[in-house]
Amino acid sequence: MAVIELSVNGKKISKEVSDNTLLSDFLRDKLSLTGTHVGCDTSQCGACVVHMDGNSIKSCTTLVADCNGSEITTIEGIAKNGKMHSMQEAFKKHHGLQCGFCTPGMVMSAIDLLQKNKNPSEQEIRDWLEGNICRCTGYQGIVAAVKDAASKM
Amino acid sequence: MKNFNFKSASNTKEASKLASGRATFLAGGMSILPAMKLRLAAYTHLINIKKIKSLSGIKVSSKSIRIGAATTHAAVAASKEVGKSIPSLAILADGIGDPQVRNRGTIGGSIANNDPAADYPSACLALKATIHTNKRKIAADKFFKGMFETDLKKGELIESVEFEVPEKSAYAKFPNPASRYALVGVFVAKQKDGVRVAVTGAASSVFRSKELESVLLNNFSPSAVDKATVSDKGLNSDIHASAEYRAHIIKSMARKAVSSC
Ligand SMILES: Cc1cc2nc3c(=O)[nH]c(=O)nc-3n(C[C@H](O)[C@H](O)[C@H](O)COP(=O)(O)OP(=O)(O)OC[C@H]3O[C@@H](n4cnc5c(N)ncnc54)[C@H](O)[C@@H]3O)c2cc1C
Ligand code: FES
Ligand code: FES
Repeated sequence: MAVIELSVNGKKISKEVSDNTLLSDFLRDKLSLTGTHVGCDTSQCGACVVHMDGNSIKSCTTLVADCNGSEITTIEGIAKNGKMHSMQEAFKKHHGLQCGFCTPGMVMSAIDLLQKNKNPSEQEIRDWLEGNICRCTGYQGIVAAVKDAASKM
Repeated sequence: MKNFNFKSASNTKEASKLASGRATFLAGGMSILPAMKLRLAAYTHLINIKKIKSLSGIKVSSKSIRIGAATTHAAVAASKEVGKSIPSLAILADGIGDPQVRNRGTIGGSIANNDPAADYPSACLALKATIHTNKRKIAADKFFKGMFETDLKKGELIESVEFEVPEKSAYAKFPNPASRYALVGVFVAKQKDGVRVAVTGAASSVFRSKELESVLLNNFSPSAVDKATVSDKGLNSDIHASAEYRAHIIKSMARKAVSSC
């Protein structure tokens, strides 16, 4: 057990956790931030993607102990003043989701792509989303959403 | 995952001192955490090495590139210096797993783990890498011992990996469509004094293909690859590909790599 200090969606948090606690479990069980989903728990599906110090990571394969002093952003942290993030708007507009299970990870991953590549091609979007699996949409709407968001962000 | 004690080391001395008994190093965690969740591995202590400043970063000279063990795949892929001096290495790093794996996974973790299908070990063999540890320097040819097995001793920490800059080189990977690991990956490098061809994904551990090296030494061209006989002896056969098929892909990946050199 150790006290871990980190910031989650801009809020400073200090909590005692056992050393084997995963970031995904911490967010969901200790902070009730259930927007971060756990699909596979084996680092394959990307449903658990959040940002750590600005980069997208899989929270199911990250220890909270390893996040001491870090800034974490989850899907709950991207809307501002009640207004959806342009990536969320674009997913809504282009039907980039059906059941919505993969969506938080997709959105967080796609935002990281646009941070690094402002105007990605369709192929670059598909390559980037390699770690995010969707069992519903067939990806067409997702790719269209990311393209549209790129033109607005 | 069974519980353990997590400790961040602030320097390499402390890290290797802490790594006694059933303790091990933690870098990106992209291999070790999944293994621990599946109960394929269990440790009493995980020693985080990512806070050790000297383990991250890339140094380039005219003869070699030296990459700190805790440097992420994303950092290698994005490095302009690596891209200029050994572009094949940046391309290899950019093809590992997915963006989230590349944001966390490190070169030291990859070669210490020596997964039979990992990408970096092939670059190490083809680019005559030297593995610098806290105790000694190890030539890549002596480092990779077998499936998930290396020459590292208990508590020995990789500090950096140094690659020789070749005249030209390229990496061609045939990814398993589900896992994105290499079903077969071939790294080809032409040095002043020879040619090296390293194959990953095809057998229980990365290896050099003497057949391909000898044909390419005489004639470094895609058509020379066609003349080589690549035996399927000792290659993996599994649900993804038979040994015979893997032998075939070795040749086609070698041809592809040589053409893009
Ligand atoms: C979904 C997924 C897809 C992947 N796809 C690929 C792929 O296509 N190609 C590929 O090559 N890899 C792939 N990987 C593996 C990835 O590259 C890992 O990052 C890498 O194998 C391990 O690096 P790490 O830093 O995460 O090491 P960790 O998991 O932290 O450690 C792995 C092992 O190395 C030891 N270790 C770590 N650093 C050192 C050091 N400096 N000195 C001594 N020992 C050390 C640890 O003690 C541990 O035993 C994939 C992983 C995932 C989860
Ligand atoms: S839950 Fe983390 S990758 Fe699937
Ligand atoms: S919308 Fe259902 S998994 Fe993607």
